[in-house]
Amino acid sequence: MMSEERRQTSSEEAARLVLGAESLAKIREHLQLSYPEEACGGLLGRIAYDNVVVVEETVSLANARVAERRRRYLIGPTDVLELERRAEASGLQVVGYYHSHPDAPPVPSEFDRKHAWPWYAYLIASVESGNLTRSQAWRLSDDRERFLPLQLSEEE
Amino acid sequence: MRRISIIVPTPLTQYTEGLDTVEVDADTVDQALDALTNRHSALRRHLYSEDGHLRSFVNIYLNEEDIRYLEGGERAGLESGDEIRIVPSIAGGRVATLEKDPMELSQNEVRRYARHIIMPEVGLEGQKKLKQARVLLIGAGGLGSPSSLYLAAAGVGTIGLVDFDVVDASNLQRQIIHGTRDVGRAKLDSARERLLDVNPEIAVETHEVRLQSDNALDILEGYDIVVDGTDNFPTRYLVNDACVLLGKPNVYGSIFRFEGQASVFYAKEGPCYRCLFREPPPPGLVPSCAEGGVLGVLPGIVGALQANETIKLIIGEGEPLIGRLLLFDALGMRFRELRLRKDPECPICGENPTVSQLIDYDEFCGVTQAQQERQAALSQVPAITATELKARLDAGAAVRVIDVREPHEWNICNLEVAELVPIGSFPGQLNSLGNAEEVVVICRTGRRSAHAVRLLQEIGFRKVYNLTGGLHAWSDEVDPSMPKY
Repeated sequence: MMSEERRQTSSEEAARLVLGAESLAKIREHLQLSYPEEACGGLLGRIAYDNVVVVEETVSLANARVAERRRRYLIGPTDVLELERRAEASGLQVVGYYHSHPDAPPVPSEFDRKHAWPWYAYLIASVESGNLTRSQAWRLSDDRERFLPLQLSEEE
Repeated sequence: MRRISIIVPTPLTQYTEGLDTVEVDADTVDQALDALTNRHSALRRHLYSEDGHLRSFVNIYLNEEDIRYLEGGERAGLESGDEIRIVPSIAGGRVATLEKDPMELSQNEVRRYARHIIMPEVGLEGQKKLKQARVLLIGAGGLGSPSSLYLAAAGVGTIGLVDFDVVDASNLQRQIIHGTRDVGRAKLDSARERLLDVNPEIAVETHEVRLQSDNALDILEGYDIVVDGTDNFPTRYLVNDACVLLGKPNVYGSIFRFEGQASVFYAKEGPCYRCLFREPPPPGLVPSCAEGGVLGVLPGIVGALQANETIKLIIGEGEPLIGRLLLFDALGMRFRELRLRKDPECPICGENPTVSQLIDYDEFCGVTQAQQERQAALSQVPAITATELKARLDAGAAVRVIDVREPHEWNICNLEVAELVPIGSFPGQLNSLGNAEEVVVICRTGRRSAHAVRLLQEIGFRKVYNLTGGLHAWSDEVDPSMPKY
């Protein structure tokens, strides 16, 4: 597997997340439709070169929370396994996840940080009164102490 | 030792020198994980929390089976060639409060909380902590009424309420958050309205569900402190266990007739409810407030104590009731205090806990079985409906009607034809009863009288019947002017 690239992406310099316009539109539609509940999904793609994560495909997933879906989301292990199999079948990797913050800024909460995995890109989008207004990508620092912003760039 | 493969998920392979499969020798799952993290120590902080437990979002599968569902859990045994897979859960969510700057108090707030703020023990800092706090109250009834009102007034920023009941006229004697015009409304609607009237600066979150094993962790997890105002044992054990598993303090209160109890169960710093009461009492032994009654002001006192303890926990001042059980006797007007000790053998917070997830609490408390038995026993008793009894009496039938309630209940309402023979004096006073006579036994709801009918059957009476539904049914079917209590 792509161990070489992976180790490099854990360094903390100018990392980027590249998303196509089509992927962005798909995420926007999914998150807006689910408002006022939080919605979530997976990002499939590849590590292009030093610290650049390219998203090739987005997969909307069910928010598995039983309660408090307005401020919490959960993707359970079976969904994660299935997503990994799907990525593998298309020659991709699960490179991260996206979720919405209804009526709240696209900034990771303490709860986000406590539950985060390293290496994954976390794309957070603000959905205010039903409209996606801002989004920002993040990655957990190696010491788990904070999230570092990933530069978000749109392809084409 | 057996040779085991551990599959490492992509985000963690940066800590295993790029390997996605690591081979280790181990006999149990926890040994295998130990071996893995000993070899690749940077993994440890991502898999384990500070207190040494696997993080909640780290799932361990043994040959496609989540070890949470395997016997032994983390200590499940291994065979050579077994495959352990670390599978991520992905979780998160937005910040709790939506204030621009939750740390600042507005001018209005400073004015509102002035009597708090001028005391150094609270001060501006304490008041900000109150504003940031999230407190969940289980039950918007007798205890939840005063505690939520005081917590709202004190400026606790987010108050969550769990209840699924509707306001009944018989609640108003003690549940002061609801008013007469609220009878028939959902308790949560009425409570939210009242709390926001007391303090519009706070947020009230309502959870209109029965708290159960499959939703408790999800609901409780979003709060800092849980205030237990439940009226039954299954929910009390559920709240306790969920709080222990989530590491949250449980501000406990309970009431019965003229006596109340309060404590703070916080397993991180002291005993939990199970350390005090390992097993629930047999079902039916401890009557509920509906059966035994409760002095209306009693939940006011105990609920206020719970609010007091909650505020102390939030601002970090004073001596919380951790490890102490406060007993209050309203008739003697006395407070007593019992020291509680953490039970090292407690099944959930002890040194070797056997309970690591929520269980079926109805079954644990024997409620399901007891209900079935009671149902079966009652259905075997010969019965007569209120309408039938009325018809028999009107037709001039020679029926003796025995009321087995207590004298003070008799004074509330009674049937003119009935004779009062409290169940406690059964069957001694019934010598005058001929066993060929037709007898109908009545009480408030038909439960006590069913027992009385069985007693009479056992000593040879043949023609005894239970009035189904008791005087409540009489009021519904025959005489609406009879008060229901």
